[in-house]
Amino acid sequence: MKIYVAVELTTDEAGVMHPRRIVWEDGRKFEITSISDVRRAASLKAGGSGIRYTCHIGQKDAYLYYEDPKWFVDA
Amino acid sequence: MSRRVLHVDFNSFYASVACFLDPALRPHPVAVAGDPEARHGIILAKNELAKKFGVKTGEAIWQAKQKCPLLVTVKPDFASYQKFSALGREIYGEYSDRVEAFGLDENWIDVSGSTETLEDARRLAETIRFRIRDELGITVSIGVADNKVFAKLGSDIKKPDAVTLISPENYQKVVWPLPASDLLYVGRATQAKLLKYGVLTIGDLANTPVSFLKSQFGKCGVMLHAFANGLDAAPVLRSIDQPPVKSVGNGITTPRDLVNDEDVYLTICMLAESVSARLREQGMRAKTAHLSVRDTGLYSFIRQTKFDHPTNITSEISRACMQLFRENYNWQTPIRSLTVSTSDLVGEDNPEQLSLFDDQAPRRRAEAAEGAVDDIRRRFGYRAIGRALFLKDRAIGLMAPKDDHTIHPVGYLQNGTMDSVIGGSPQ
Repeated sequence: MKIYVAVELTTDEAGVMHPRRIVWEDGRKFEITSISDVRRAASLKAGGSGIRYTCHIGQKDAYLYYEDPKWFVDA
Repeated sequence: MSRRVLHVDFNSFYASVACFLDPALRPHPVAVAGDPEARHGIILAKNELAKKFGVKTGEAIWQAKQKCPLLVTVKPDFASYQKFSALGREIYGEYSDRVEAFGLDENWIDVSGSTETLEDARRLAETIRFRIRDELGITVSIGVADNKVFAKLGSDIKKPDAVTLISPENYQKVVWPLPASDLLYVGRATQAKLLKYGVLTIGDLANTPVSFLKSQFGKCGVMLHAFANGLDAAPVLRSIDQPPVKSVGNGITTPRDLVNDEDVYLTICMLAESVSARLREQGMRAKTAHLSVRDTGLYSFIRQTKFDHPTNITSEISRACMQLFRENYNWQTPIRSLTVSTSDLVGEDNPEQLSLFDDQAPRRRAEAAEGAVDDIRRRFGYRAIGRALFLKDRAIGLMAPKDDHTIHPVGYLQNGTMDSVIGGSPQ
C-alpha cells in the first residue's frame, strides 16, 4: 500500500536533500540512521515511481520514495 | 556506413501506466477508454488480460464488454502518460543525443556513437529494457537493427518486455515471412492492391522488381521496396531537428449531435478561436483554411479555401470555414464531429502585399483585440473572458479545446523522408 508521510530533512549547500526523520500519521517519529542507496526506482507494491532512498531505521531497512513533491513509503 | 538503431515501444502504454499506478487494477482485465458521456467511449488501450478476451483498440466500450463482461474501464490520465513518456526519454537521452519520438510511447534511438556492433547495441537495449522496468515500473519491447524500419518491426515481434535483434544476417529469416501489412505505410488499401499481385509477405515485396512497384504505386512503391530490403536511410532526428509546424488544427467530437447551422457556427467559432490562438502563440499566419466534417453515419469529407490575406484572426477563419460548410453540406444527417485547421503558414513578420482599395485598419484592430484576449487568458485563465456566443450552448461553447490535451498522430514521412529513403536505395 502507498502511504504518504511527512519527512524532516536537511538540504545541503549543493541542494541535495538528506531525509532525517519520517513522521508517521499517528505522530511517531522514526530516526533514519543512515542511507545506503539513492536512485530512481519504481515501487510495484505501492504503484508509484520516484527517487528511492534506502534508509536504515533502527534494525531495519526501509524504502522511502520522493515523488516530487510528496514522500511515500510502501508498506 | 552502417548504423545501429533501437526502436523502443512501451507495451500497452496507457493501460500499463494505469495498472502500475493502481495496484488494485492489476488482477483484472483493464481497458483505458474515453468518456462515454462525452461520446468518446472507445477503447484506447488494454492490458494483457483484456487482450486475451479479444478486446481491441478502437472498438466501442459496449462491444468490448460483450466479449469481456468483467472488463474494468478507466479514464485516460494524459498528465501521467506525459510524465512517464518524458522519464523514458530521459533514460534514452543518457545513451544518445539522437532520440526521435513517434507518438508518446515510441522512440527511435540512434546508438551508433555509443556502440561498435549490433551485438553491442543489443546488450545496450537489454540495459534500457531492464532500467525502464526497474525505474518506471512498466515494460518496453525493443527492436535492434541497422535502420529505423526494421527496428520498428523488431519491437513488434516479441513483447512484452523483450529485445529482438534484426541483423543483415537474419533479416531474411525473421522479417521476410511477416505479412506485408506489418510494414510501415502498408495500410489496408495498399495491402489489398498487393494481394491482387500475389504479394503476401514482406519477402514477396522485397523480391518484386522495383520497376513494377513504381508503376503501381509511384514513388511510394520505391520506398516500400527499400523498406522491405532494409535499405531505409532515414536518419533518427534529434529533437531540435524536428521539422517546423506545417499546419495548426483542432477537431472535436461534440457532446451532442449538431443539427443546424447555428450549432455548426458555434462549434466552428470555438475551434477557430483555439486555432487562431495557437497560430499567434507560434507567431504565424495561415493562408489556407480546411474544414473537415463527419456526420452520424461516419461519412466524412474535407474542403479547403484560400484566404485573401494571411490571417490569424478568429472571425476570418470561422467565416471561411462556415462558408465552406454552407457550400458543401445539405443536412441530410446530423453531424458528429468537426475539425478546423489551417496551413500554408507564414511568419507574422513576413511582409504582406497591401491593397490600395481595402482598409486594413479593422483587421489590425481585430488582431490587437485578440492579442489582448490572449493576454487576459494567460494571466487569469481561459474562462476569464470569452465570446457571448458561447453562452448559448454551454455544453459546446464552454469546452476549452486549446487547454485540453492535444496529442497529434505523427507521420513517418514528415520532413521529406520519402526522398531521403529513395535516395538511399539502389535504382
